[in-house]
Amino acid sequence: MPPLMKLISSRLALGAVTLLAVSALMFVGIELLPGDLAQQILGQSATPETLAAFRAELGLDQPAHLRYLDWLAAAAQGDFGTSMASQRAVADLLSTRLTNTMFLACYAAVIAVPVAILLGLLSALWRNSLFDRSVNVGALGAISMPEFFVAYLLVLFLSIRMGWFPTLARIDEASSFGDALYRSFLPALTLILVVIAHMMRMTRAAIINVLAAPYIEMARLKGVPRWRVIVLHALPNALAPIINVVALNLAYLIVGVVVVEVVFSYPGLGQLLVDAVASRDFPVVQAVGLFFAGTYITLNVLADILSILSNPRLRHAR
Amino acid sequence: MSKLLDIRGLRLEAGPKGKRTTILHGLDLSLNRGEVLGLVGESGAGKSSAGLAAMGYTRGGVAITAGEILFDGIDLAQASTATLQDLHGRRIAYVAQSAAASFNPAHRLIDQFCEAPLLHGTAARAEAEADAIALYRQMQLPDPQQIGFRYPHQVSGGQLQRAMTAMAMACRPDLIIFDEPTTALDVTTQIEVLGAIRDIVERYDTAAIYITHDLAVVSQMADRITVMQHGREVETAQTRKMLEAPKADYTKSLWAVRALDRPRRDTNDTETVLSLSGVTAGYGTTKVLDGVSLDLPKGRTTAVVGESGSGKSTLAKVIAGVLPPGEGKVLWQGKPLPGPYQKRNRATLRHIQMVYQMADTALNPRHTVRETLERPVRHFLGLRGSALRARVNQLMELIELDPATFLDRRIPELSGGQKQRIGIARALAAEPEFIICDEVTSALDQLVAEGILRLLLRLQDELGLTYLFITHDLATVEAIADQVVIMQRGKIVETGAQHQIFAAPKSDYTKRLLASVPQMDAGWLDGVRQRLAS
Amino acid sequence: MKTLKSAPPTALLGMLILAAVLVTGVFAPLLAPYGETEIVGVEYEPWSAAFPLGTDNLGRDMLSRMIYGARNTVGLALLTTGIAFTAGAALGMVAALKGGWTDQILSRVIDVLMAVPPLILALMLLAIVGPSIPNMVGVIAVIYIAPVFRLSRAAAMNVVSQDFIQAAQLRGEGTLWLLRREVLPNISSTLIAEFGLRFCFVFLFIAALSFLGIGIQPPTADWGSMVKENATLITFGDITPLIPAAAIALLTIAINFIVDWMLHRASGLKS
Repeated sequence: MPPLMKLISSRLALGAVTLLAVSALMFVGIELLPGDLAQQILGQSATPETLAAFRAELGLDQPAHLRYLDWLAAAAQGDFGTSMASQRAVADLLSTRLTNTMFLACYAAVIAVPVAILLGLLSALWRNSLFDRSVNVGALGAISMPEFFVAYLLVLFLSIRMGWFPTLARIDEASSFGDALYRSFLPALTLILVVIAHMMRMTRAAIINVLAAPYIEMARLKGVPRWRVIVLHALPNALAPIINVVALNLAYLIVGVVVVEVVFSYPGLGQLLVDAVASRDFPVVQAVGLFFAGTYITLNVLADILSILSNPRLRHAR
Repeated sequence: MSKLLDIRGLRLEAGPKGKRTTILHGLDLSLNRGEVLGLVGESGAGKSSAGLAAMGYTRGGVAITAGEILFDGIDLAQASTATLQDLHGRRIAYVAQSAAASFNPAHRLIDQFCEAPLLHGTAARAEAEADAIALYRQMQLPDPQQIGFRYPHQVSGGQLQRAMTAMAMACRPDLIIFDEPTTALDVTTQIEVLGAIRDIVERYDTAAIYITHDLAVVSQMADRITVMQHGREVETAQTRKMLEAPKADYTKSLWAVRALDRPRRDTNDTETVLSLSGVTAGYGTTKVLDGVSLDLPKGRTTAVVGESGSGKSTLAKVIAGVLPPGEGKVLWQGKPLPGPYQKRNRATLRHIQMVYQMADTALNPRHTVRETLERPVRHFLGLRGSALRARVNQLMELIELDPATFLDRRIPELSGGQKQRIGIARALAAEPEFIICDEVTSALDQLVAEGILRLLLRLQDELGLTYLFITHDLATVEAIADQVVIMQRGKIVETGAQHQIFAAPKSDYTKRLLASVPQMDAGWLDGVRQRLAS
Repeated sequence: MKTLKSAPPTALLGMLILAAVLVTGVFAPLLAPYGETEIVGVEYEPWSAAFPLGTDNLGRDMLSRMIYGARNTVGLALLTTGIAFTAGAALGMVAALKGGWTDQILSRVIDVLMAVPPLILALMLLAIVGPSIPNMVGVIAVIYIAPVFRLSRAAAMNVVSQDFIQAAQLRGEGTLWLLRREVLPNISSTLIAEFGLRFCFVFLFIAALSFLGIGIQPPTADWGSMVKENATLITFGDITPLIPAAAIALLTIAINFIVDWMLHRASGLKS
């Protein structure tokens, strides 16, 4: 196998192993609970008969590793069991909410990524200028604010004072695409503001790092104009760090989504997860948690592979 | 005819307002068309800044605060960005010290070659490519047709340096600035690069400023030499005149370095302190040392010489116990020496000490000189209280530093030479029999290095120490070694007494290595190239 | 004192805010007009002389809860960061110094912890152990061991690769001495700045968890859950519920200002 393929497939394998490790971690965690799950759910007052029936229903009478494998096999086929709280299939609960969450995350990403990279690029170019300083102070401010503070500020000004947008982002299957864009504008904007701040700071640092390289000085001493130095000499080498920054922040979006969904009562996975944690609805927690972890891991693996591909040292073997 | 370059009263300053330091104090420099000027000085002399300023360029934080830089009548100190961009690459080109870092890793060599001609409109793509191949051939690069289509990481350091010179030549500039282009190379590679650079500069009658700290190298390359110190010109003269009759005291002191000499001593009249037989060592499956056998005579200096990758530093690691040998035996005073240092007893650890190349990283920057020296004295000799203080004072006197002035300074407050002296004192604190000196002078300027070598020799005479001297610098070896070991690719090529190796080397590699060391003689390069060619 | 004078106004402002919050937290019972959980009026009373910030959803004094909140939120964040930091920094240094298997095992475990977004991991773990203050502190501390470990390992690696460590090892110095005297002094400024930064993350994290109702549990006063409890008021255009949120932002910005200055100083000292 060529070394490049080897490197890439090893990253893929590593991602898969990590995902398995996370699912096992979750499973072992539940296993280590004092008493057992049935006791935990039905409480101390439950009769031994109901407990036994409930255990059999959950399959708790089987050994742990078998149950893990069963769960894993079922999950691989899209069957995540039944919610304890609502008695509905977890997969059904997930399906529409998954679409909603992905919609919100993509909405924010599509706007945030180009804006953040542009801002980072410009502030690195005009380092220590007024523009750079004000963008940086703004970013520091945005990073320091809890997401829910940003969200409520937007609600207060854009929704309640100005009346431009709805306070709650209720969307359902009946909403048209344009309607959905309008209704979920505030949650998306919250995410955009927070993510831009992080991403812009990291992009700026990555570019400044590359601009300090001797080959940049060499290019300038060949008489290459400034814009060409940036586009032709700096950017190809800043690609890997920028890809990583984007991946990291897309992953960050997923986390941000949880809080933002709660603020705006947006019917997504985040809210489902928070409700499930509060009611300790383990099958749901397991499925949603695994989905978030999976997305996060996938993004990181993808970033790794893309930065390998963008590196000429790895692309062209010696 | 007017001068090509005329720098008058050039003043460079660095740093933020209020804390400015002056890099150049009003430098005057001029250059005729087709002339090569050598700029020589120790670190901090301002020679690189002067070279870049000759292009009207300063690095971040540095500013031209006075003077003019007339290039063919244009004042580069006042010129607009557009004017400079037009001149750079087309009429003035630059060759940097580290070619590996100065080629953009994302583009092929030939694309980087063609960039300036296309940008300045001096050639079309096809012409530029053909020219690149022709220049690669003239620079004696292997496979000139194809080498340009490789990425920088696919080409060796010496080849990259030549490719960079070819790139500088792309628009046939009037002036090229060479900034220490061979400093990072091994001597046998250096000689090829030096030859190629000189040929091409002569062929196109290009003027050049050749910046280096190596007098022998500059005397091969330059028509005229300017010696600099602390941002000022010390002396300028034609090369032959400068070599024969330097005027300024500073220049004379630079020349004097190579005169360090000592009485010759026999190596077979003393017992053997340390002996290696058939030692093999490496990392993972790669062998760095391959069947090395060696006896170190007591009270003498054994120098291990080799180029990068020869395994000389690995040898030091094996003896110190940092890298246990895979095969073979190491005997310390006739008894087997355990491989890893963790298995050695305190007495053995005490008797084998080490002095490192980079004094900056060999001493903990958070400690004072006193802390640095007290710890080994307490640890190995168990001294406390006034006995400890007395011993530390004594150590400071041994290394010729005043205890009252230096003991309570922190390490970062010392100069490079002072740090290296503290490094030696720390080794002496253990009262060892044997000291491994790993490239101890290679990071230092010549005058400072000479002081360190004199100190080491004096200590050897007074304390009867045995030295293992790891180095790539043959001049140092000639000055201080009693026994010389030549290494190449993990093997010992030749071992012998110093006078024997230098007077009558046996192996071809040793001959080539010795021949490659630049000599303070303007005709040396031509002579060697003829001999190597035949 | 001299270094304080050279500090930029932003850092001075940061220190002032930090000091004010710390004093408020320490002397909360003396400063607060009413008790932490004492019901003193009807729900959602407007701002008045008796209740400068009005009352909350259960009729408790907002100002008093803000003051106690400073103690609870900041105190718990400090405790959590302290635990994560001690463990992470120590493990990171040991991994760097020992290398080999010790390093491999520790690093792989940390990799798995870092492979899941912290909030998701915290939610999953809290679902298992159940939400309570000690559980929350434990879970967040475990999660934040990972980044601290990474940083201290990387910083220590830089130090360990230097020759003075080898010189000390060849002298036969023990692990503890190496860590305490050779490694730690060289990475302490990095670690202190990192402590500030991590404290911000942990602080925001606890606030977010409490806001989601899974962190600090009622009736304990804390800034995150106070926003959640009174969020309804925002729909009437009342800014009272945003005051605790603003307090969180203010403290985080203050610490960021201080950390920026410290990092700047550290990088300046090096060059």
